[in-house]
Amino acid sequence: MWRIIHQFGSPKGFYDFSARLQPWFWAAAVLLLLTGSLWGLLYAPADYQQGDSFRIIYVHVPAALLAQSAFVGLAVAAVIFLVWKIKVADMAASVMAPFGAAMTFVALFSGAVWGVPTWGTWWVWDARLTSMLILLFLFFGIIALRGAFTHRDSGSRAASVLAIVGVINIPIIKYSVEWWNTLHQPATFSVTERPSMPAEMWMPLLLMVLGFYCFFIALTLMRTRNEILRRESNKRWVRELVRGQ
Amino acid sequence: MMAFDSVSSFLAMGGYAPYVWAAWGVTLALMVGAVLHARAERRWLLRDLHRRERRQANAAVGNNSNAS
Amino acid sequence: MREVDLAVLREPGGGLVVAWMATLRRDLMLRLRRRSEVMNPLVFFALVITLFPLGIAPKADLLATIAPGLLWVAALLATLLSMDSLFRADFDDGSLEQLMLCPQPLALMALAKVAGHWLLTGLPLALMAPLLGILLSLPTGSYGVLSLSLAVGSASLSLVGAIGAALTVGLVRGGVLLSLLVLPLYIPVLIFGTGAVQAAVAGSDVAPHLAILGAMLAAALMLAPWAIAASLRISING
Repeated sequence: MWRIIHQFGSPKGFYDFSARLQPWFWAAAVLLLLTGSLWGLLYAPADYQQGDSFRIIYVHVPAALLAQSAFVGLAVAAVIFLVWKIKVADMAASVMAPFGAAMTFVALFSGAVWGVPTWGTWWVWDARLTSMLILLFLFFGIIALRGAFTHRDSGSRAASVLAIVGVINIPIIKYSVEWWNTLHQPATFSVTERPSMPAEMWMPLLLMVLGFYCFFIALTLMRTRNEILRRESNKRWVRELVRGQ
Repeated sequence: MMAFDSVSSFLAMGGYAPYVWAAWGVTLALMVGAVLHARAERRWLLRDLHRRERRQANAAVGNNSNAS
Repeated sequence: MREVDLAVLREPGGGLVVAWMATLRRDLMLRLRRRSEVMNPLVFFALVITLFPLGIAPKADLLATIAPGLLWVAALLATLLSMDSLFRADFDDGSLEQLMLCPQPLALMALAKVAGHWLLTGLPLALMAPLLGILLSLPTGSYGVLSLSLAVGSASLSLVGAIGAALTVGLVRGGVLLSLLVLPLYIPVLIFGTGAVQAAVAGSDVAPHLAILGAMLAAALMLAPWAIAASLRISING
């Protein structure tokens, strides 16, 4: 058991293993995203209240879910790195943070754009949008802290501590923002909350969510491999790999 | 059954075209951009590694010729 | 050597309380020697509050409605301003390393430093807030709650801010980064702190808000010292 973990956690082991894993995730991501998009854009019926503008849901909700999962993934990687000193976990964390921030931005942007036809304004201090905005700042903080250290290992460990502190705070932030929102804006119409969605509407949404997750995993594997090449460039196996090509 | 009966009505998105296509467009652009960036990053890294390997090989040859 | 051992052994906890009190006393004394450092957050607080009526309008009813939020945001920024200096001087002169080397757990020693910071920043801010509340024509009856919520809330702010201060103490330009790291984490405290004052203004029950502020302080007291200690180790060994 420990041998397997050790092998998978070593940069070379991960590099080889992820090479075999990667194509499957890319294939699944492309398949799911294509089917989900076509189904969502072409075949899903228009919403009886919001018309065709509800089709934004197929990018808004997956992006928002993925952004939050990316932060949790970041914190899990941080724990693995700090406790077991597995460097690959930190490399994965360093590539998850920018993509998580990008997904948070997508969720915010699509939410704002969706707000125009629904609320008649670009920005409403809706609980979900507000917590996404705070999440974006948390991502920025982690990326900036990692970059501020000249010594890479200190930057890694500092960013890991901040990721763990952040993930403990996220539920507290989420609930306090929700509480604050209900206090100040009672019973606003929330875009993503609907009584019951027919299957032909939520099925494509499910496909899109799965597709986003597969895309995220595939991209993280790909960029972690890049990061391994960058940080391990002096190791013998990397040099043999380069010479062999 | 399709929700739209023509290409133009599909593009018009029931009057919500700017909103729907802006949201989808930004998402698509960011995702494609992320993939392209990751691929370019890999290319740069491998090119640098190759270059370094060649330089070190040349240096080794140079040292040997000096020694002989 | 013998004397030292005996002095430590006189107390069953291995001298923990002695060391803790010594650290706290040292921090308080050092801060009180440099009065300006204690005064700066208070002056900042007063100045920011003065700016708002000038920037908006000196209408009493308008100011009264936004006063809870203004007072809380200004106090929060004042605490944040003082956060950067929490470990800075000790880091520069090497006494932070000595603190790390001492046999008592670093988390608890860091807690003593945070306590010293709160006693000379958070508590004075909480005591001063009612005066500034008068300037903003805060309705009577909410002054006690304002002070209490600030006193409890600023302790959480000091604890959470100390994590950021410990992470950035080794960096040359840590100040701006510190606010980026810490401000998002301050939001829950801000929400319930202003909530308490607004509830007092509205005449409704303030106990739930204060209870949640207290719960957040309890959680921060439990978890933050470990994060502060880990961050200090990274910054010093880094």
